[in-house]
Amino acid sequence: MTTTYAVLSEGLEKRFGTVHAVRGLDLAVARGTVCGVLGPNGAGKTTAVRLLTTLLRPDAGSARIAGHDLVREASAVRRRIGVTGQYASVDGDLTGRQNLRLFARLHRVRGPAERAGELLDRFGLTEAADRPASTYSGGMRRRLDLAASLIRRPDVLFLDEPTTGLDPASRNQIWDAVRDLKREGTTVLLTTQYLEEADQLADDIALVDRGRVAHSGSPSQLKALIGTYAEVVVAHPDALAKAAGVLDRLTGAEPSFDHERNAVGAVTGDPTLTLPRLVRELDAAGVPLLDASMRPPTLDDVFLRLTDRKEQAA
Amino acid sequence: MSALAYDGTAMLGRQLRRVRNNPALAILTQTMPITMLLFFGYVFGSALAMPGDAYRSYLVPGLLVATAANGIMTGMFQAAQDSHRGVTDRFRTLPMSRAAVPLGQASADLVVTAVGTVPFLLVGLAVGWRVEGSVAQAAAAVGLLLLFRFACAWVGILLGLASRSEEAAGQLGSATFMLPLLSNAYIPTDRLPGWLRTLAEWNPISAVTTALRHLFGNSPVPEGAAWPVAHPLAGSLAWCAALIAVFAPLAVRRYARGEG
Repeated sequence: MTTTYAVLSEGLEKRFGTVHAVRGLDLAVARGTVCGVLGPNGAGKTTAVRLLTTLLRPDAGSARIAGHDLVREASAVRRRIGVTGQYASVDGDLTGRQNLRLFARLHRVRGPAERAGELLDRFGLTEAADRPASTYSGGMRRRLDLAASLIRRPDVLFLDEPTTGLDPASRNQIWDAVRDLKREGTTVLLTTQYLEEADQLADDIALVDRGRVAHSGSPSQLKALIGTYAEVVVAHPDALAKAAGVLDRLTGAEPSFDHERNAVGAVTGDPTLTLPRLVRELDAAGVPLLDASMRPPTLDDVFLRLTDRKEQAA
Repeated sequence: MSALAYDGTAMLGRQLRRVRNNPALAILTQTMPITMLLFFGYVFGSALAMPGDAYRSYLVPGLLVATAANGIMTGMFQAAQDSHRGVTDRFRTLPMSRAAVPLGQASADLVVTAVGTVPFLLVGLAVGWRVEGSVAQAAAAVGLLLLFRFACAWVGILLGLASRSEEAAGQLGSATFMLPLLSNAYIPTDRLPGWLRTLAEWNPISAVTTALRHLFGNSPVPEGAAWPVAHPLAGSLAWCAALIAVFAPLAVRRYARGEG
């Protein structure tokens, strides 16, 4: 295949009555990469995934998934994707093995029983294979869900909040599985509420807010949008003003004070402002310095900055 | 094999495997009509003008059809459960026939019903009910019963897919137990006040019940009834055809679109 993008959407829109859930979604996910879709609750992440996996028909716009038109070639798209999410689940009344055999049969896999056995083994479910899925723990259930979406080695795997509500051990298992899949060449699009998850797994991040992609780029690019946070702690409160003056001159940004800790900080996008230079400048200005730090922003900072939190609270 | 037949068979297998994994629910469901036969037949039967034996013979076809109408409830339960637990959407992301999921559900329901009818008829025989017509007519009666069940399952599947929640489907589904109360399944309709009698006789359950009583040779077609009851065979077939023609395409469409 010659297409560079496994997922390419332009201007996708979806309304539910008066709610405009997705309003012009432009998304490009390069083949073989992991794309993290981040956004506050109600941003339209889930609707976006439901559109891209043929579960909903878009009102406007277009998309190609693994080279096939989302609407006109929906069944070709379905042959090439795997979907795991809150809404695409397995049958709790069937055992793990029965579920996987059923999906293998529906996928026209030759040797459905063997394929089911392989996947149960890969996801550490062999022992529980013959118990109803409804008796599984949250982590086992999620692994079975994931196994079910890998029946026919999808070109593109969609994971909607794959680790929400899981304990750390189960979460790590899912993360390892995603890394393995990427190594095997599968493109993964995952939505998450956890910035750490996106930071750990994603090559690229799309920050979704109010139904469209507000920002996108690699985690480091997004962090660069915010800049570095420089903070200094001084020996006594009288020195705060002088320190703030130096920070203001160096960063050009409004300093913010933490009077309890005698600290003042500011955000900078200037790559030449390093910690040694900051310390030299403060020392030259006679600031009684106790501590100084330059901290790269976390994705949490990015998230809080680039999405409108007031809108979300409303 | 066509995609619909292949996928439909896989879905039929899924539903039957569910019953095998959890037989208690199916057994309970199938025991209900037997309990009702014994309860109505002996408790109500002793208070009616009709002799007890005769009432029990009258009741067996009525309960068969009332149980078949429960296909609405069962269909709703299952479709709502699949839909609200994400199973329906999993199937909708698969490259499979759109009609296979509801068709598999309706077909599996038919198999379970057919099996469940056997113990009920045995208890019926034990309490005095008899096949008084020919074997061919009795076979036609069972065929008609299953056709009606199939039609009811489609009504239930559509309502279940359209339900807001599993609880809502459960409540509405339970309310369908009232449907046979306004029909001739348990009591003759000829002594009802005029308008109520018309309503009861246009209830599809009445036409199918009358057809079964006629085919089993248990009681004659009542005189002066509304058209579907006065012509029970044509009436029942017309009802079944109409229900399937309306509800099956709507259910498949609803399933394929996945939204209201």
